[in-house]
Amino acid sequence: MIVNEIIAIDHGLKKDEYKKICELLKRTPNITELGIFSAMWNEHCSYKSSRLHLKKLPTKGKQVIQGPGENAGVVDIGDNDAIVFKIESHNHPSFIEPYQGAATGVGGIMRDVFTMGARPIANLNSIHFGSTQHKKTKNLLRGVVHGIGGYGNCMGVPTIAGQTSFDSSYNGNILVNAMTLGLVKKDKIFYSKAAGLNKPVIYVGSKTGRDGIHGASMASASFDDKIEEKKPTVQVGDPFTEKLLLEACLELMAGDSIIAIQDMGAAGLTSSSIEMASKGNLGIEINLNKVPCRETKMTPYEIMLSESQERMLIVLENGKEEQAKTIFDKWNLDFAIIGKTTKSKKIELYFDSKKVADIPVNTLVENSPMYDRKWKKAKLPKKNKINKNDINNLRIIEVLKKILANPNICSKEWIWQQYDHTVMGDTIQKPGGDSGVVRVHGTNKAVAASVDSSAVYCWAHPLTGGKQVVCESFRNLISVGAKPIAITNCLNFGSPENEENMGEFVECVQGIGEASSYLKFPVVSGNVSFYNQTKDQGIKPTPSIGGVGLINDYTKMITMDFKEVDNVVLVIGKTEGHIDQSLFARVILNEKNGPPPEINLFNEKNNGETLLKLIDDNLIKSAHDISLGGIITALSKMCIKGNKGIKLKKPKYLISEIEYFFAEDQGRYIVEISKKDQKKVLDILNKNAVHYDELGTINENMLFLNEKTKVTIDELKGFNTTWLKQYMSN
Amino acid sequence: MKSAVITFPGSNCDRDMDVALKKFGFKNKMVWHQDVELPKSDLVVLPGGFSYGDYLRCGSMASKSTIMQSVINFANSGGMVMGICNGFQILVETGLVPGVLLRNKYLEFICKNVFVKINNKNNGYFKNISNDVLELHIAHNEGNYFCTNDQLKEIEDNAQVAINYCDPNGKIEEPFNPNGSIKNIAGIFNKKKNVLGMMPHPERMIDSSLSGEDGSYFFKNLINNLK
Repeated sequence: MIVNEIIAIDHGLKKDEYKKICELLKRTPNITELGIFSAMWNEHCSYKSSRLHLKKLPTKGKQVIQGPGENAGVVDIGDNDAIVFKIESHNHPSFIEPYQGAATGVGGIMRDVFTMGARPIANLNSIHFGSTQHKKTKNLLRGVVHGIGGYGNCMGVPTIAGQTSFDSSYNGNILVNAMTLGLVKKDKIFYSKAAGLNKPVIYVGSKTGRDGIHGASMASASFDDKIEEKKPTVQVGDPFTEKLLLEACLELMAGDSIIAIQDMGAAGLTSSSIEMASKGNLGIEINLNKVPCRETKMTPYEIMLSESQERMLIVLENGKEEQAKTIFDKWNLDFAIIGKTTKSKKIELYFDSKKVADIPVNTLVENSPMYDRKWKKAKLPKKNKINKNDINNLRIIEVLKKILANPNICSKEWIWQQYDHTVMGDTIQKPGGDSGVVRVHGTNKAVAASVDSSAVYCWAHPLTGGKQVVCESFRNLISVGAKPIAITNCLNFGSPENEENMGEFVECVQGIGEASSYLKFPVVSGNVSFYNQTKDQGIKPTPSIGGVGLINDYTKMITMDFKEVDNVVLVIGKTEGHIDQSLFARVILNEKNGPPPEINLFNEKNNGETLLKLIDDNLIKSAHDISLGGIITALSKMCIKGNKGIKLKKPKYLISEIEYFFAEDQGRYIVEISKKDQKKVLDILNKNAVHYDELGTINENMLFLNEKTKVTIDELKGFNTTWLKQYMSN
Repeated sequence: MKSAVITFPGSNCDRDMDVALKKFGFKNKMVWHQDVELPKSDLVVLPGGFSYGDYLRCGSMASKSTIMQSVINFANSGGMVMGICNGFQILVETGLVPGVLLRNKYLEFICKNVFVKINNKNNGYFKNISNDVLELHIAHNEGNYFCTNDQLKEIEDNAQVAINYCDPNGKIEEPFNPNGSIKNIAGIFNKKKNVLGMMPHPERMIDSSLSGEDGSYFFKNLINNLK
């Protein structure tokens, strides 16, 4: 096939990009080469629209061992232990084929982590679906949950936390973001940088098939009416093979035979080989006839672009081939020496004794396109017409019941009960809390992780929304007693070619950067997913933030369930009564205008650090951050989990009860303390200039404000726990 | 006391079982599925997981692994063999314990704490245990125990039901049946009661920081019984 501009455009390349390829090669590429360029230059692999802005994120810190640019980020947790972690999207495949799309998303992110030598110890996910009324939502939710569980459960890695939301902007484009944490010894971390000449290049894992060809290109385009035709671009996962691959890789890594290792993720053999060569400033020569294939008569083009799962590429030390092969034979996995490193700085492919591709590595990587896309500053939020007198006539308990049963607030037990969250025997805080927590096996340390996003805030004001998500992640870690270390981000946006969507991206990233820099909560890994849109309708901007923190003594971990009757309950942080963009405004008042709550980074840091100190001094019995639904929603969850009630008194503020209880002001937590510690706690809060309200005392089983405003905890529990189960059962 | 845990390709609770057995005083050895001989052991454990990816049928391929002939011989000579979760599925595939394990009634994987009533304490596993009800953890997709009426009669006549799903007070009723198992059966013995297959994971409940501690009672009692 003779390549021309039309074929290039069919591969998702722009006219200019095709022209540039011809210039760089000083000739017309053949079809295999064109395939390789299109795979490397698409948005998913090249970050061509985002690179410029991502550079501005803070990526360094005292505990950061490896920032963005490797398979995953790595942070130091002391005693020669390190945590490897990353979040990644698998949005497009999950919409087309929810089970396999979600499953392979989980498989892919786990491979990114164990490629670096780390044993995965926890999985998390952030999943977003269309309106609960939309005809596809139920099936997509069921398929995605089955897929995540199917893969993670089989791997024997606990799924410890997650987030699920519903919003009509995802009707035609759901989001599936998967995150994995792994544990590694600091001196046994593996990287993807090849080194040395004539070193054998090894292929291990599953055989290569025709599945997933052009998956990365599909992920770099918008959906149209013909999405169903794209099913063959979705990969098919086999968690059993991945489990074997994990064990075999870790067994090989225990020795000293690996120079570099890279998993075959998006764009398969193409991106893995080029990545290793590029980082090592070397060339790689591959004989494609040696690649283990599942199907007959696969062409070089298909072999290079397949996204078959559960495969790895390794550069070995010379003379270690037999030793390595023994390990992969033991685990019944394919092992093939397919090439070697060269000094050519080119990627050279042979098939049937003919050279089928010859491309300088730098043309694919350093010379890949980078765009400074045009973007529009987000419009300022419109004023809303909330009438304070109207809302003050609402009855608190009736509103609370509606909010607790809202799809975005209700218990997600139906989901996480389908994920094995206790395998590995170290899960000390399971899903449903502020963060999931797993012990560092055999030590007193524990690692906490959470994943958050606030699309509504980001949509109303991207800069504030970007900051808010980072702060929420910070708070979720602190609420369990963990010191926040670093974050990974998955940036889900519409088309970068649309100036408004690009503007949302730029401003969200700026917000993320400001908050993570101020909170010393750097970004160590991440992924960008653009083109989350159907036709020209983009999703709400949805950056997902995965936060990781450390608890030095796991016996000091905090949970949110109320512990003891007569204990005192405080709100830490100031409540101004910000109702705009709150769940209350959207669900109860049907009001979608107005700005999101503001972020005060000083208070955020000060409140969080002071709470951590209180926890460290053993003064906190339970804690929970206040987010969607405000104080009373957070309180209700603490009551439900602890099977206790609370006698409330509203502090003497100028704002009304409704505003006080449902506002979504930021930087706040609810904490439970014992009466005998009260003076000590208040002294510390005063000394640190942290605002607090005394909210009430814990009782047996009643949320009680006054005789007219009270409800039993059992009743609240019913509203909170039944919605999702009922929705999914009919 | 010596124990052995078999690792099949796809086992994923083998380490957890190793940790639990050692915690309560067993000298445990990990045994690879392709080994021919079992090490000298007082207890052999088939751990949970997804042996052979659950392909064909859960436990079916693992039941034909090289090591299983030794495990079957050991069981037939009266040795204690315990299969947890996928290990239980392997045991039914070997025929060492009767019945089959079907897909959960609601067609979903379930991971949660459950209560089980100990039905028979006249055996090496539950002899002397002071609890009647244990809070344990389940995590499975195919734990729906089923057998024919004739088999059920035989199982009950021989007191082969080991544990049943129940409420916290030991009441065995349908609402506390997580997966549709016939008669709320969560675990059964062979005729001689030296082989035990059960869906719940005692190894996940061995310290107060985890989901609970009732697994500790089980293991402490088990090692004392073997001494």
